[in-house]
Amino acid sequence: MRSRLWAFLVPIVSVVIALLLASLVILFIGQNPITAYQALIRGAFGSKLSLATTIVKTTPLILTGLAVGFAFRAGLFNIGAEGQMIMGALVATTVGINMGSTPAVIAIPLTMLAGMAAGAGYAAIIGFLKAKTGAHEVVSSIMLNWIAEYFATYMVTVPLAVGMGTPKSPEIAPSAKLPPLLTVQATELTSGILIAILAAFVMYIILEKTTKGYEIKATGFNPYAAEYGGIKISQNIILAMAVSGALAGLAGSLEVMGVHHRFLGTLSGGKGFDGISIALIGQNHPIGIIFAALLMGSLRTGSNEMQFVGVPKHIIIIVQGIVIFLVAADRIVRTVLIRKRVKSQ
Amino acid sequence: MRFLMALYEIFTNPQFYKLTLTAATPFIFASLGGVYSEITGVVNIALEGIMLMGAFFSIVFTFALGNPWIGVAAAIVIGLGMAWLHAWASIKWCGNQIVSGTALILLAQGVTGFLMEPIFGQPGQTDIVGRIPEFRIPGLANIPFIGDAIGTLSPLIYIAFGSVALTWFIIFKTKLGLRMRAVGENPEAADTLGVNVHMVRYFGVLMSGVMAALGGAFLSVGEVGNFRELMTGGRGFIALAAMILGNWNPVGAMWASLLFGFSEAFANQLQSSPLLHVSSNVKPLFNMFPFVVTLVVVAGFIGRTRPPAADGVPYEK
Repeated sequence: MRSRLWAFLVPIVSVVIALLLASLVILFIGQNPITAYQALIRGAFGSKLSLATTIVKTTPLILTGLAVGFAFRAGLFNIGAEGQMIMGALVATTVGINMGSTPAVIAIPLTMLAGMAAGAGYAAIIGFLKAKTGAHEVVSSIMLNWIAEYFATYMVTVPLAVGMGTPKSPEIAPSAKLPPLLTVQATELTSGILIAILAAFVMYIILEKTTKGYEIKATGFNPYAAEYGGIKISQNIILAMAVSGALAGLAGSLEVMGVHHRFLGTLSGGKGFDGISIALIGQNHPIGIIFAALLMGSLRTGSNEMQFVGVPKHIIIIVQGIVIFLVAADRIVRTVLIRKRVKSQ
Repeated sequence: MRFLMALYEIFTNPQFYKLTLTAATPFIFASLGGVYSEITGVVNIALEGIMLMGAFFSIVFTFALGNPWIGVAAAIVIGLGMAWLHAWASIKWCGNQIVSGTALILLAQGVTGFLMEPIFGQPGQTDIVGRIPEFRIPGLANIPFIGDAIGTLSPLIYIAFGSVALTWFIIFKTKLGLRMRAVGENPEAADTLGVNVHMVRYFGVLMSGVMAALGGAFLSVGEVGNFRELMTGGRGFIALAAMILGNWNPVGAMWASLLFGFSEAFANQLQSSPLLHVSSNVKPLFNMFPFVVTLVVVAGFIGRTRPPAADGVPYEK
């Protein structure tokens, strides 16, 4: 029970400290942090429109958070959610464009699955390299992120390009678009949020209620013991990366199907990296991740309003950096506490 | 045929070798940083972030004080600060080194992006504020071909190669270096023999901050004279790959950095070759090239190199 309290307290305290430190940074450039944070809250929750925008921004963040969190549970650091999301969006777009008059019952799941498969395949490369050659997943993921980014830029400027101006793909077929839950002014509140929450639920079931989930957690907890217990390590590494990548790929598909309805090349905009902060704040727990994603989504939405009162929105990235730093250092503070208790017994 | 002619033109042009050295320099600095840190047993993926901070603050101080060398000095100080944060989290608090490194990368992206507007009045990129002039080595610069390739370079490039020699000397020929290696391989044994494990690790991580910051400063005041947002563009991670490929040895890391510098310069020359008429649309595919090379190299060679045994493992007494 006590450790559960810690798991809950640590991220909240970290976020509070980060916001306090960030207010010093805001003071440093001669702005008023209270005005800035008021603008932040107003921008995220102040109107029906801003609330809808917050939810739209939260949707992919839940999924990239789940992607990184799932990999963490298997002892893997998936810093490549960014690239997997781009590949997912790219493939979902390609499939979505070609759906023509296919009915929505087929077109929607097919487009979505195509994006998931692309993300899964792209992430499986990282798992495969780690399992077979020992290549550290951080280095190979970063390389694949850049490869995905340049590849997507190429795809959207040459083979998929339509029209003039900013590079973009054609719109996907109407039947492949996700129906909006409701429309506030020009912003559609996509039904993708339901799919994201469902994904969190599915991840919970897989990790807590299935044998495969147990194996993946065991691999993450202690690979040597797991192998001794008859669990195939390399198989589970590849599988865990593939599931993680499928979640990131789904994030990309939903962005295309529910929000932009086309591929814009630069669509990810750091959402994969946000996934790392979200997984850490949410302590890799699906429910925690949903709330952490909501936090990050509202920070992202609100930061636009903050720009108007003269505070660059990069402050949010600073906040994220501080939170992750505190979570990284704090894990051990907790281990030390537990060890002390064991010693005194 | 046209392609072969383009290749011939590229390889017979001394400028290409100069570009290779220029492209390799940030990798050399940062991969030496990686060696310093990891040889003592601390993984430092924050190199990317430290480089970014170095690139930014060298421009800020050059802008404020007018001398790019003061900019380089400021970069070193900032690099030490960033590295100290990483050391503090990983050594003192035994934190997760990869997560702490990621945090510092985000922090660097946030801080540099945040300060752009207040300091330079515009987001995205700064004006050209000044760069370190190239240094001409008398005699060497007069030799045909070789002189054009390596006779007149940014002094930071010569400093990078000097740092390789110095790092090799420190690590393999001094008492301190022996202690660094001992602490990275077997901290318990080193501790038993009276080596202050934490102190040696602090030294390694702080030196990695100095090196990575120099790599960043080279990108801005050494090469182009301004700062662009996120201008390091993944080079810190390529440097990590160079360190791995170089088997955690400064000289090996230098060769690997040269390979990556070569592939970057090659991709750039190929897409701007007048013989090939590469359309600007396919340029992203050329930009992909160094990353593909890195990925293939990392995947292909990694089993054959060996990290320090205690790399990434916190040490508690």
